[in-house]
Formats: sequence, structure tokens, C-alpha cells
Amino acid sequence: MLSAKNITYTIDGKTLLDDVSVNFEAGKLNLIIGPNGAGKSTLVKVICNQVQPSGKGTIYYGDKDVRTFSIAELARIRSVLSQNIELAFPLKVSEVVMMGRYPHFTGKPGPKDEAACEEAMRFFDVLDMAGRNYMTLSGGEKQRVHFARVLAQIWYKPAEGCRYLVLDEPLTFLDVRYQFDFMNKVTSLLKDENLVVVGVVHDLNLAAKFAGHIVLLHQGKVLSAGNREQVLSKENIRAAYGLEPVIHHDKDEMYLFFR
Amino acid sequence: MDNKQYRGTSFILLILLVIVLLLSMKYGAVNISLDEIFSGFSKWLHNNENMTLNERIFLQIRLPRALLCIFVGATLAVGGVLMQALFRNPIVEPGLVGTSSGAAFGAALYFVMGATFKVNAGEWTLPLAACAGGILSTAFVFMLSQSKQTGKSSIVALLLTGIAINALFMSGVGFLSYIARDPQARSITFWNLGTLSGASWHSVIIIGTSTVICIAIALRYARHLNALMIGEEEAQYLGINIKKLKAVILLVNVVMVATATAFVGVISFVGLIVPHLLRMINGSDNRFLIRNGALLGAILLSAADLVARMALRPAELPIGIVTSIIGVPVFIVLLRSKNYFF
Repeated sequence: MLSAKNITYTIDGKTLLDDVSVNFEAGKLNLIIGPNGAGKSTLVKVICNQVQPSGKGTIYYGDKDVRTFSIAELARIRSVLSQNIELAFPLKVSEVVMMGRYPHFTGKPGPKDEAACEEAMRFFDVLDMAGRNYMTLSGGEKQRVHFARVLAQIWYKPAEGCRYLVLDEPLTFLDVRYQFDFMNKVTSLLKDENLVVVGVVHDLNLAAKFAGHIVLLHQGKVLSAGNREQVLSKENIRAAYGLEPVIHHDKDEMYLFFR
Repeated sequence: MDNKQYRGTSFILLILLVIVLLLSMKYGAVNISLDEIFSGFSKWLHNNENMTLNERIFLQIRLPRALLCIFVGATLAVGGVLMQALFRNPIVEPGLVGTSSGAAFGAALYFVMGATFKVNAGEWTLPLAACAGGILSTAFVFMLSQSKQTGKSSIVALLLTGIAINALFMSGVGFLSYIARDPQARSITFWNLGTLSGASWHSVIIIGTSTVICIAIALRYARHLNALMIGEEEAQYLGINIKKLKAVILLVNVVMVATATAFVGVISFVGLIVPHLLRMINGSDNRFLIRNGALLGAILLSAADLVARMALRPAELPIGIVTSIIGVPVFIVLLRSKNYFF
């Protein structure tokens, strides 16, 4: 489990996160939603230890305080896909994916590292691009290359404890087909009960369809957290987005429309 | 990553380096035959003092100069690789953080003030003045680029401060050459365009040591620099301590460049062009770029020095003129080739 306890984050006198406490369990897809500026990316940065919370708050990986990990130790069990990755220089796709294995070897990559990269590239349908220049890919292709990179990083189960995958708006640049494809693939990864997946998404219908647990942030606070019926209520959506939703149920599915 | 391909490139570069090295020892104001090179070398090994003039020229002038070319070329090229990787920016040169313009200012000050205050022009005075200038200006850049709020210096702040401080010190050099008397102004100009004519065994040993140590350290951090290509935050997610990486790479670069610049002056363009040439051949893996950058930098600078000595024989051109005249057109042609994407 990955959990945040009483996280407050303030910068330039502005409170971006206000006493946020959330739990992300292993084996289910945890999605963070919320309007622009709600603090989603800030929460991701805090749980990934990229920035330190302002107050007394603590992040726990399993039962361990994140501050007890070194940067390198954390990178061996947790990978992060951030938004808007720009490459400074031309590299081959295979070289970009191999970066995911950097926390695991010094010097040259071993056969296990090569195997992890190949499998991860196959999983996200980018194996046939392995030798291509990353700079020549389309936005969606680049995004899939980074999926393969972050998956390669935590490809093997650690000796003990969980693996953690954090995805900040992974669906940007993807067309509808690949959005569904990606969500299905991530869901299939969750067969491993020791994998914790946390993602930020904007599309409420995708959240309704795939999420096992939803956290709705609004103005730096947790407005609601739980399953889709609890979180995606008319009241919550009205409060967070200022829109009037029409919620439609069909068999097991739930759809949202806006007037 | 294709290690075989990389090794192939290294092998070709190594052969080229040997060829250029032999040519640059053989030709110059006096031509020395290969026989004389070998006999001079064996006499030196056997401590035989009984040498011909050409053998002495080879051992006291040509050989140290050839070695100096190798070390300085390697320093500039690797400095370029490191700074481009660290700043994630292809237009960056090793002198970016103020090192070489500060060194140039120190040297210019020495030329002008030295004459006024009658400072004895020993072998060490000029390098010391230049090195002091280089370190001072670099420290200046770092102090000014630190954010007041966080106490950290962002890469962009460093880049912009570097550009500003470079401009300041170069205008200082301009002012000094303006008020200098003719011979001093000439010395300043010559030094600002770089020259290896002052090569001695002392300078070879000092620059050689700093080059070898610094490149060895840089190689250890090559993979970290690779990770930096996808961004600072992302590299941190890959387990890399960015603060430490920045500190180590900047220190390595400043030590290397300040030492080399102190002895040979400002040599432009090698540090910019070499990383790009290599990226066009085998991509951007920094392990490859550092190793082969050292070789290619050595080759280019040795070749440029050969041209500088031969073009107006027996007079000598400043080497910076040669590196730019040959380097720029080659660079432009390659940049316009289809295989190089940005």
C-alpha cells in the first residue's frame, strides 16, 4: 500500500495541498481526478518524493516512511511517468527504454535488463520501433515508449514488498483506441497483488470504467474518495467542476454526460 | 546499445589519431624524418645526451606540443559533451559557465598590468593569472545564479547567468586591448585566439594529469548524464542524485577547461562541434560520446595545429582561427544532412 498522511504543501503563500490523507491499495487501479489546479500533479510529486511536504505530513511505501529510502533505492521499486517528457538529444527507442533499467545495474546492462526491456516493449507494442530514432516518432508513439520504459523499470518483483507505478496523465497524446488499450493493459498488470498503481486522469468516463478506487481532489483537498458510485455523484461533480452531469447506468457500466 | 558499432568508431578514430600525430611531429618549421623521430626517442629512453638538432627539436618542441594538442583537444571535446548533456542544450560550449572568458580576462590583465608593474614574466605567471580569472568568473556565475528563495541554481538560471558574465568579461578584455599598447594588444589577441606554441613538458604533465583524471570521473557519470536527457525530474525518478551530478560534472568541467585554457588560451569551436559530429555517427549515448569525444577532439586539435604551423611557415597562425575556418563549414554541412534530427 502507498499512503499519504496529512500532506500539506505550500509555495509562495499559496496552499496547493491542504491536509490530504489518502490510501492507494495494491491490486486495484487507483485514479486521481479533479479540475485543473486541484493539486493532482503536486500530490503525485509529493508521493514520489520529488518535493517535500510543507508540514508534518508523511508518505508511506508499505509501512516505511519514504524519507528512509535513498533516491536509488526508491527507483528500484517505484517508477513514475511524468507529463510532457522532451528528449534533449536524439536517441534510439531501445536506449530510451533501457533507461528504465538504470537503477538496476552499474556499467553495462545484463541479460535480465535486456529481457525486461524487450518484454516491456512487446507489451506496449513498440518492439518493432526499437531501432528507430525517438525524435521521429509521433506523440502517441513517444508516449508508448515511455510506458515501456517505466514498466521495464519495475519489471521484476522485488524480494519483498510491493512494486509501485505512478502515472501522471498517461493518456495525453493517445487516441481513443490506445487510451482503452493502455487502461486494459494496466488493468491486466494488476493481477499481481503486490503492484500498486496510481494514476492521474482527466476523463471521468475512463475513470468510471476502469478505476477500482477514485480520489477526487478539489482546491487542494480530498473532496471524495471511494468507488465510482461514491465519488462520481452529481453533487461531487457539481462542486468540483461546476457542471451539471447526467449519469446513465447501463448494465454494469456507468456513463457521464454534461448538459 | 550497440557496443560493437561504438568500438568500430573508436578503432577508426584511434588509427586517425596515430596518423595525425605522426604528421604533426614530422612537419613544421623544420621537417623531421621518421628516422630522426625514432632515433631521438631511443636516445631519450637510454638517456643519451648526444643528440642532433632535429632530434632535440623533436623531443623538446614537437613531442610536447603533439601531446599537448591531444590533451587539450580531449579536454575541450569532453567538456563540450559534459556541458551539452548537463544543460540539455545542443548550443552549449565548455566555456559556458564563464570559465574561458574569465581566463581570457585574467590573461589580458596580466599582459597590460604586467608591463606596467614590471611583473617578471616567468613560465607560470600567465597560466596562473588565466586560471585565477577562470575560477573567479565561474564562482561569480554560480553565486549569481542561485535563487534567493530556494538557494538552488536551476540549469536555465545558470545558462543565462553564464551568458551574461561571459559578455561582461569579454567586454573587459575588449577594454584592456583598447587601452593596451600595440605589442600588448597583439599578445592579448593572439592569446584569445589560442596558441600551443608555449608547449613544454611542464604544461604537458599538468594538463595531461587534469585531463586523464577528469575524463575518468566523467566516464563514471556517463549513464547519469544519459538519464538527464529525458529531464531532471525524470532522471531523479530513475534513481539519480541530481544535485550531486550537477556539482561533480560542473567541477570536472571547470578544472579541465581552466587548466587547459590557462596554458593555451581560448580555443573555440572544438567543444561545440565534436559532440555533434559524434552524435551524427552513433547517436547520443554519453559513454560513447565521452570516450570517442576525447579521441576526436585530440585528432581535430592536432590537425588544426598542424595547419596553423604550416599555413604561413615559418610564422604561426593562432589555432582558434584554424579551428573556426575549417570547423564552421564542415559543421554547417553536417547539420544540414538528413540524418541529424532535433
